[in-house]
Amino acid sequence: MTRTRQWLYAWLMLLPAMTLLVLFTHYPAVANLWHSFYSTPKGARPAVFIGLDNYRNLVADPIFWQAFTNNLIYAAGTIPVSIALSLLMAVWVNGRIAGKGFLRLAYFTPTVLPMIAVANIWLFFYTPEYGLVEQISKGLGFPSHNWLGSQSTALGCLMVVTVWKEAGFFMIFYLAALQSMSPHLAEAAAIEGASRWYFFRRVTFPLLMPVTLFVLVNAVINAFRLVDHIVVMTRGGPDNATSLLLYYIYEIGFRFWDSSYAAALTMVLLVMLGVTALLQFVFLERRTHYQ
Amino acid sequence: MIMQCIRRWLAPLAALLVLAAAPALAQAPVDVQFFYPVAVGGPITKIIDGYVADFEKDNPGIKLHPIYSGSYQESIAKAMTAVKSGDPPVTSILLSTDMFTLIDEDAIVPFDELIKTDADRAWLKSFYPAFMENSQTGGKTWGIPFQRSTIVMFYNKDAFKEAGLDPNTPPQTWQQQVQYAQKLTKRDASGNVSQWGVQIPSSGFPYWLFQGLAIENGVNLMNSAGTQTYYDKPEVIAALQYWVDLVKKFKVHPEGIVEWGTTPKDFFERKVAMMWTTTGNLTNVKANAKFDFGVAMLPSNKQRGSPTGGGNFYIFKKSTPAQREAAFKFIKWVTTPERAAQWGIDTGYVAVRPDAWETPVMKKYVAEFPPAAVARDQLPYAKAELSTHDNQRVTKALNDGLQAALTGTKTPEQAMKDAQRESDRLLKTYK
Repeated sequence: MTRTRQWLYAWLMLLPAMTLLVLFTHYPAVANLWHSFYSTPKGARPAVFIGLDNYRNLVADPIFWQAFTNNLIYAAGTIPVSIALSLLMAVWVNGRIAGKGFLRLAYFTPTVLPMIAVANIWLFFYTPEYGLVEQISKGLGFPSHNWLGSQSTALGCLMVVTVWKEAGFFMIFYLAALQSMSPHLAEAAAIEGASRWYFFRRVTFPLLMPVTLFVLVNAVINAFRLVDHIVVMTRGGPDNATSLLLYYIYEIGFRFWDSSYAAALTMVLLVMLGVTALLQFVFLERRTHYQ
Repeated sequence: MIMQCIRRWLAPLAALLVLAAAPALAQAPVDVQFFYPVAVGGPITKIIDGYVADFEKDNPGIKLHPIYSGSYQESIAKAMTAVKSGDPPVTSILLSTDMFTLIDEDAIVPFDELIKTDADRAWLKSFYPAFMENSQTGGKTWGIPFQRSTIVMFYNKDAFKEAGLDPNTPPQTWQQQVQYAQKLTKRDASGNVSQWGVQIPSSGFPYWLFQGLAIENGVNLMNSAGTQTYYDKPEVIAALQYWVDLVKKFKVHPEGIVEWGTTPKDFFERKVAMMWTTTGNLTNVKANAKFDFGVAMLPSNKQRGSPTGGGNFYIFKKSTPAQREAAFKFIKWVTTPERAAQWGIDTGYVAVRPDAWETPVMKKYVAEFPPAAVARDQLPYAKAELSTHDNQRVTKALNDGLQAALTGTKTPEQAMKDAQRESDRLLKTYK
């Protein structure tokens, strides 16, 4: 009797969360897979089963491959830098320094701002001739450059915005972990004569691994999920140089109305994110210490 | 068991409710949902709400529900999603270029079936023909011009004086535009430019501004059936070559992609002496330029020209005849000469019919502020904006090609040939 009861309780407790997950996550994912095997219905023409045609188009679509490579570069550029920077900032504002509260606030501010606002601010930073970046580089004697308007620098510029926006957010997690770390560890290490760098490398950093894992998962997801600034700053241009996967999906789905091709693209994104999350949990979990 | 319960109890209950509601329904006003986007500055939503209130006062049997739906891009996204879920608005203002997309989705009805009286037919003929080009295809009228615009050139008269140019004669031809721009470009000893001669924005929708160049060079970019583009015609390639030359050869135009959104600001900051932008910016420039400015028609090469732009009224298919009639009534009401004139004055859009410019209020406005008439005077030379089946994709092919040529990764010829090949592939199924 008690066992059935427990079982019932457990399911009842799970029910609200599960309903939401099934309704808004699992069902759409499955429906999406289903739709990706059909053609896009248009007006009087209903959807017909076309098997893997959408996926064949995808392999042959040069813009998809460009968006895909752009996204890999974007991830490889933003994830390590924003994590390293956030750790550095956290260690810095964790110490005993004057104006600590102010510094923490300053680092956290970018996180509080909405991405659209951030993108608009940076749009003017990058403006040729009189934007902030230009004024500084001109002051240093460099020639003028159209940062967002040339293929070689546009993606890099967007990466800078992302790092600026994300580092402060990740810093908060590191800071919380650092604050909860027992001071005995540092005292013991000091007695043993360990240098600060040695202490950080062998004690602090390993103890921060759970946080790093969490932050890493978030950073990877964000690298594929945050495209608001692209809409404001470049709209994927010049000539698709800043088109990321999700932005391309949006374009196909809501500008070109090719919903079944968009569904196929979404599957690619879904599988990629699923695999990375799995890899992270399987491999990093082993190297992670939970206290 | 549950189903039986529903059948036994709910069905009679529902029937009862319907019976009770039926007389009320018969007298209820006709509900008309109406999506509208806002694409220029100013208190547009307030103006629209005012129109709706006035219209309802005149027509007590109709209840309008104006829904502000964001930018044009967001509005078409919302309208299309609503169509796909089976619950579209009755009427909406959307880009005139969305016409083929809406027809292909079987989402809208032509106005021809609503036009019955001679007065209606006369009303339909009262709009500028240039605006109707983007409203009609296959002998039917699918959209009614409302908030429409064209491209014009704004120029800094103070900069003209400094450069020794007559501030009252803007460049008339492509050649003059280059000559003037060369005089207006200010360079220091090390080659850094503090003021560019001319600027044509190329972010987001470069095709629209480029279309101006192509029309001036003698050709438009597509046929009126929306099944063929002419991206690789020699005249079109030459037009792109001219734009690229402004940048690379004459060095009077900033390098790379020029942002649409910051172009007016560049103009206010005197970083550029002449800019191409929409007439919709007129009110903005009037309020923010700290110098004497002029508005001019675009310079000509083989002919003058500009594409039209902006939004049309559409009526959606999934609506009752009463709703369509009500929406049609509102559209006629809001496009009378007086209202078209007032709307143009309040927003900076071009009043959509010639007789609107003959109203006293418009005459007074033009007398006080002559630049307002430039867009009107250019209208006889204006052509339809690029619009085809699968419009956004076919347009993107051109946008990508233009940006590739402007950033120097492809030659104009290569870029346009690639764009045309992509467009041919996309339009194959519509021929």
